[in-house]
Amino acid sequence: MLLLIKYTLLYGIVLMLVALGGMFSEHSGIINIALEGIMVIGGVAGVLTLTMLPASLSPFLVVLISILVAALAGVIYSLLLAFASINLKADQTIGGTALNLLATAIAVVISKYFSESGSAKLNYSNKPFLFSIGGLELSVFVPLGLILLVVSYIVLYKTRFGLRLRACGEHPQAADSVGINVYKMRYAGVILSGALGAIGGLAYIVPPVQTWNFEVGVAGAGFLALAVMIFGQWKPFHIFGAAMFFAVFKSLANIADSTFLAQLHWSSNIYNMMPFVASMVILAFTSKNSMAPKAEGIPYDKGSR
Amino acid sequence: MNKKKLSRGGSLQSSVTSVLAALLCILIGLLVGFLVLVAINPAHAWDDGFVRIIKGGFHDAPYGVGKELANAAPLIMTGLSVAFAFKTGLFNIGAAGQYTLGAYGALYCAIMLKLPWFVCLLAAAVLGGLWGAIPGFFKAYFNINEVITSIMFNWIGLYLVNELIYQNGTGPMYDVRNTRTLNLSKNADFAQSLIPDFGLNKLFQTNSTTIAIFLAAAVAVLIWVVLNKTTFGYELKAVGLNKNAARYAGINEKKNIILSMAIAGALAGFGAGLFYLSNVSQWNPLNSTSLPGMGFNGISVALLASSNPIGTVFSALFISHISVGGSFLSTKFYPTEISDLISGIIIYLCAFSMLFRGKIQSLLFRNAEKTNVNAEPAPAAEKTKKEGK
Repeated sequence: MLLLIKYTLLYGIVLMLVALGGMFSEHSGIINIALEGIMVIGGVAGVLTLTMLPASLSPFLVVLISILVAALAGVIYSLLLAFASINLKADQTIGGTALNLLATAIAVVISKYFSESGSAKLNYSNKPFLFSIGGLELSVFVPLGLILLVVSYIVLYKTRFGLRLRACGEHPQAADSVGINVYKMRYAGVILSGALGAIGGLAYIVPPVQTWNFEVGVAGAGFLALAVMIFGQWKPFHIFGAAMFFAVFKSLANIADSTFLAQLHWSSNIYNMMPFVASMVILAFTSKNSMAPKAEGIPYDKGSR
Repeated sequence: MNKKKLSRGGSLQSSVTSVLAALLCILIGLLVGFLVLVAINPAHAWDDGFVRIIKGGFHDAPYGVGKELANAAPLIMTGLSVAFAFKTGLFNIGAAGQYTLGAYGALYCAIMLKLPWFVCLLAAAVLGGLWGAIPGFFKAYFNINEVITSIMFNWIGLYLVNELIYQNGTGPMYDVRNTRTLNLSKNADFAQSLIPDFGLNKLFQTNSTTIAIFLAAAVAVLIWVVLNKTTFGYELKAVGLNKNAARYAGINEKKNIILSMAIAGALAGFGAGLFYLSNVSQWNPLNSTSLPGMGFNGISVALLASSNPIGTVFSALFISHISVGGSFLSTKFYPTEISDLISGIIIYLCAFSMLFRGKIQSLLFRNAEKTNVNAEPAPAAEKTKKEGK
């Protein structure tokens, strides 16, 4: 049971972080399908930093620096999406898909270049990221994620910035007419999603294992986060709940064999499938009263009012 | 939003622009790729790096060329799948999942039922079509964005097929020693399920170059005819351009959305059939972390071809060319994924190739437009996408 809680928290926080990123981007009016790619880029940047930092450095600094580097890499990568979809008014879904494909290629090329073995596997130590409370081993990403959750809520609903951001996703023409710079707000939304997505990517890769093969990317976690975001109706605390719900299934896939569920003789494939099936069912039921930002996916053109 | 060229000269003009825009994307992509090669290992960047990628399969002819053709066939199909959906206003990101189901259909008919190859191909198309129809159904009746649904069904399909084939290592289609499905050419029982090669294997000194490439090209022509010369194709495109206008004109838009996705899925599934029944490789059910790359490369192929069915044949050959070229890179100097990097950059550029197209258009045809007072403005976006989730 303790194991189930541990895995659920670890995985749930990842999904939540990435989904929060997607939420900021979509509230500004940009569909960020590139979250998967941003996670990969954040992961590879963070892990590389981790391998390069001297062992003598204090654990706190190690954690801080690698998270910051990951976030920075995610921001830079997400700018590619912002540039294509805001300035060049490209189709956001296509741009995002291209960035997903590109991210895995970049990660593999980089990791092969830096690893001694010539394969895409990087080895690192995850010790600085872990701590335990009463036998429950957790990663620093759990408290960090919870803090970011509260901050996200405050930013989105209690600040002027949040209100303006949401206005740009609902009705950019109206926002523009009262003097809000829509392009700037959309850039802000995408940049926030880049930072959160990249931290999520690092949180996905680092805590559970000490070596990662970048050929597998992040195995669809970014796409699952998109589903979490929709299931969470683009609201921070709903997203937290949705992420935990999805994470329970994923954890079951990992630990089913060591619990009473082993008697069912289900393979991990079935558990892996479950969150996707569940989200399809939920999407079908919730789609009628969707809370999606109204202007998402539509490039903003100053000329069309 | 969309202005369709009516005159013959106009359509020629826009094809020329599309081709030039695609070439520009390719050129920039290759240039960036070359810079990456220089950054990784400057001493070998030209001879052992760039030239090998450009030469592609010809580095090791005829074997490499045969390999290129064998890989291009399924790529044409997944490209067509995405292109067909684009033409009807949908984004089929689910080609990978449909491809997965197609692979299962083809292999099941070949290994378990020992059916002849064309029946296996048909089964692959049917299963792929079914997998494509599901997102279409969700889109038509629940108004859920087909992109999200397709992504979900990609993974559901992957896990489902892996489970069906593997069955904890006891599946009858699974070969424990190779951790793959049974090799079709190792057993005479399966001979009738292999796509015939009519001597192509001998010509190219490979084991997997079959008539698949010609079948794929034939399907491309068929799709072009359906889209451009039939009422059915016209209706599908009308729904894609404007759902409400199409309904007003008496077209059943729900049925057409589902049909579009089903056909797109069938094309992707057929591609998987071409790949696995040519025995280019066997299915690995233990790989549960990555979807077949063919599906996503299909998106590149379609974008590069600006969704033109005939264009997909050429762009698939190009993508296959550089990825085979990448595989000939010496791993001592460079990772083989450089070619993925190049194609990734190319699609990123394709995402805003409209911009290139507009520029090229105004550069090349400015004079022509001046003389023709009634000329329409530069062609706008080929595809429209706007709906809620």
